[in-house]
Amino acid sequence: MVSAFPEVEDRLSWGRVHRARHRLARPTHPRAAADALAARGDRSVLGFGLGRSYGDSCLNPGGLLIETPGLDRLLAFDPERGILRAEAGCTLADLLVTVVGRPAPGGGVWCLPVSPGTRFVTLGGAIANDVHGKNHGLAGSFGRHVLALRLLRSDRGLLDCGPEREGELFRATIGGLGLTGLILEVTLRLERVPGLLLEVEDRRFDDLEGFYRLVEDSTAWPYTVAWVDCLARGPRLGRGIFSRARHLEGGPPGPMPPAEPRLAVPFAPPVSPLNRWTLGAFNALLWRRLGRAGRRVRTLPWHRFLYPLDAIEGWNRLYGARGFHQHQCVVPPKTAPETVRRLLETIAGSGQGSFLAVLKTLGPLPSPGLLSFPMEGTTLALDFPERGAATAALLDRLDRIVLEAGGRLYPAKDGRMSAEVFRAGFPAWRRLAAAADPAFSSAFWRRVGPAADRPALERAA
Amino acid sequence: MSGPSLAVFGATSAIAEQLARRFAAKRARLFLVARDGARLERIAADLSLRGAASIATRAADLDDPAVLAPLLEAMEAAIGVPEIVLVAFGTLGDQAAIARDVEATRRSLGTNFVSPACLLTALAGRMESAGRGLLVVLTSVAGERGRASNYVYGAAKGGLSTFLEGLRHRLAPTGVRVLDVRPGPVATPMTAGLGLSGPLLAAPERVAADIERAIEKRRSVLYTPWFWRWIMLVIRALPEPIFHRTRL
Repeated sequence: MVSAFPEVEDRLSWGRVHRARHRLARPTHPRAAADALAARGDRSVLGFGLGRSYGDSCLNPGGLLIETPGLDRLLAFDPERGILRAEAGCTLADLLVTVVGRPAPGGGVWCLPVSPGTRFVTLGGAIANDVHGKNHGLAGSFGRHVLALRLLRSDRGLLDCGPEREGELFRATIGGLGLTGLILEVTLRLERVPGLLLEVEDRRFDDLEGFYRLVEDSTAWPYTVAWVDCLARGPRLGRGIFSRARHLEGGPPGPMPPAEPRLAVPFAPPVSPLNRWTLGAFNALLWRRLGRAGRRVRTLPWHRFLYPLDAIEGWNRLYGARGFHQHQCVVPPKTAPETVRRLLETIAGSGQGSFLAVLKTLGPLPSPGLLSFPMEGTTLALDFPERGAATAALLDRLDRIVLEAGGRLYPAKDGRMSAEVFRAGFPAWRRLAAAADPAFSSAFWRRVGPAADRPALERAA
Repeated sequence: MSGPSLAVFGATSAIAEQLARRFAAKRARLFLVARDGARLERIAADLSLRGAASIATRAADLDDPAVLAPLLEAMEAAIGVPEIVLVAFGTLGDQAAIARDVEATRRSLGTNFVSPACLLTALAGRMESAGRGLLVVLTSVAGERGRASNYVYGAAKGGLSTFLEGLRHRLAPTGVRVLDVRPGPVATPMTAGLGLSGPLLAAPERVAADIERAIEKRRSVLYTPWFWRWIMLVIRALPEPIFHRTRL
């Protein structure tokens, strides 16, 4: 095993709260990945891409990680139908400079059908977390556009699956948190768009009613997202800025330029520059930037609108040495306005303002994934710097509100939800447990999966 | 419209693959050689999608002198005498085992010195006739001072550097250029398990970017990352009594 997993290193997830030592394998071709898996001994394994999960779903403390960024080859692309087959360690950033922007037959160009808020994720990670984007209403989640997967299993070897073939395993793998085996290859259908420039409109809203009015008014806009001022209270509660965007025709053809981050946070400052005073000033600034009209229209390249934070390398270090938690929930349409109000009131009352509060509606298009996070309703994503017990208590209160509303939390963002909260949000979790590879595990899964039911003593052993 | 022509010997090496990607993005015409045919085909598919104007591949073991002539014929048939050749194959091996094994020592010197030197001799002749070309060869900072931890590999790479120095001297009047690339440790399968990490371990992407720049700037010797030039200056200057107390 030592030769197959030669390195021992700490791995930190994106929130920088969870850090664990692992033995690592970094295969650069599929057979090396199979060799590593075969040499695992009696330790559990987990695939690891770029570590953009915020909590502990990408960590396997005391166990093995098979890092996939060395498996990043494009294998085939059909320019007629926009179908791409690639190794699962390919990043979305890589696709942006290779296949995205290629001309589609009959006009327009090929584009990623769905993208999360960063392009620095692997295809495998996008599938394991069934990520969604600002165009969920139109496109649904990432998993809807996956046509086939090649998995490496400890018990069954190489396995091809798709909606018709090994369907249950396919559905379990989409949003399956990497537990159904190592995703080696992905077949993905790209989306045809008129061009890679967007018309972007920012609109101010004064409260949650204003937000929902803008949502109603934006059905012709594929991309929508809103920022909410978490420090605003009373009559200003729920104020924010709503952004919507749609593709323009034309624009520069061909692949996008490799947009390197323009700024970097090279280390975590001992004291975070983000506190309630800087936050208040920042939020007030954003709010006023739209001027008296409360409205601004711009033309932006597609990637600038989708990935604003990618412009700052290592932005997660801004929360200081202790790191931060992200809390992202989705609540069903019926209870959403009231629930979002309660969540915002609870946060404003706690004084632990969230730097990034993002509000979005998700559409009714279903995902094939068993444990897919997106469902119809409103999703609210929040960041909280780690401040020990006070943060834990606040997050628990938020969990409770989400649970009562019939909502769920996003595992990709989580490092602390209880088994109860997880199982209430994802009733199909036992089907994932049944489809999981017996050799695969994660810190997250040991906390919320079947292992959580065993007595603590046995778990420790 | 296509870009430069590039032949890569040892195309499954991590550094070679990254450099080939950069050339593919420039619409280069590629000729790729490696031992493992299946891995080579996967890499070729990728490079083609990344923009290469044309790709030809050959699976061959360059330790076998008989493959050389037909291989170079195939190369010329595919891309002519290439503008740039990258020689990237080599094995580090387990020095502790090699140190006590005559056959393993012979194999290591063969793969890391004899085979590339023979290949370069054949390539240099063809480039000389064409009156142009650039030979880019991966050696190593390990070639600059014999050290207990890897002196057989180091001796082969050091010998190869000397060979390149002489070849450059010989070819200077002909217009054919030689670039000796001396990387420090790079995060590749070759160095996995050596317990290396941190800032001294370079990413193959970065090394490839450095090589591309050195090609553009018409350099003769490249240390990559750059600080290895100064580290090796110090290591070469250490007097033996002090050097012997280190465990480099």
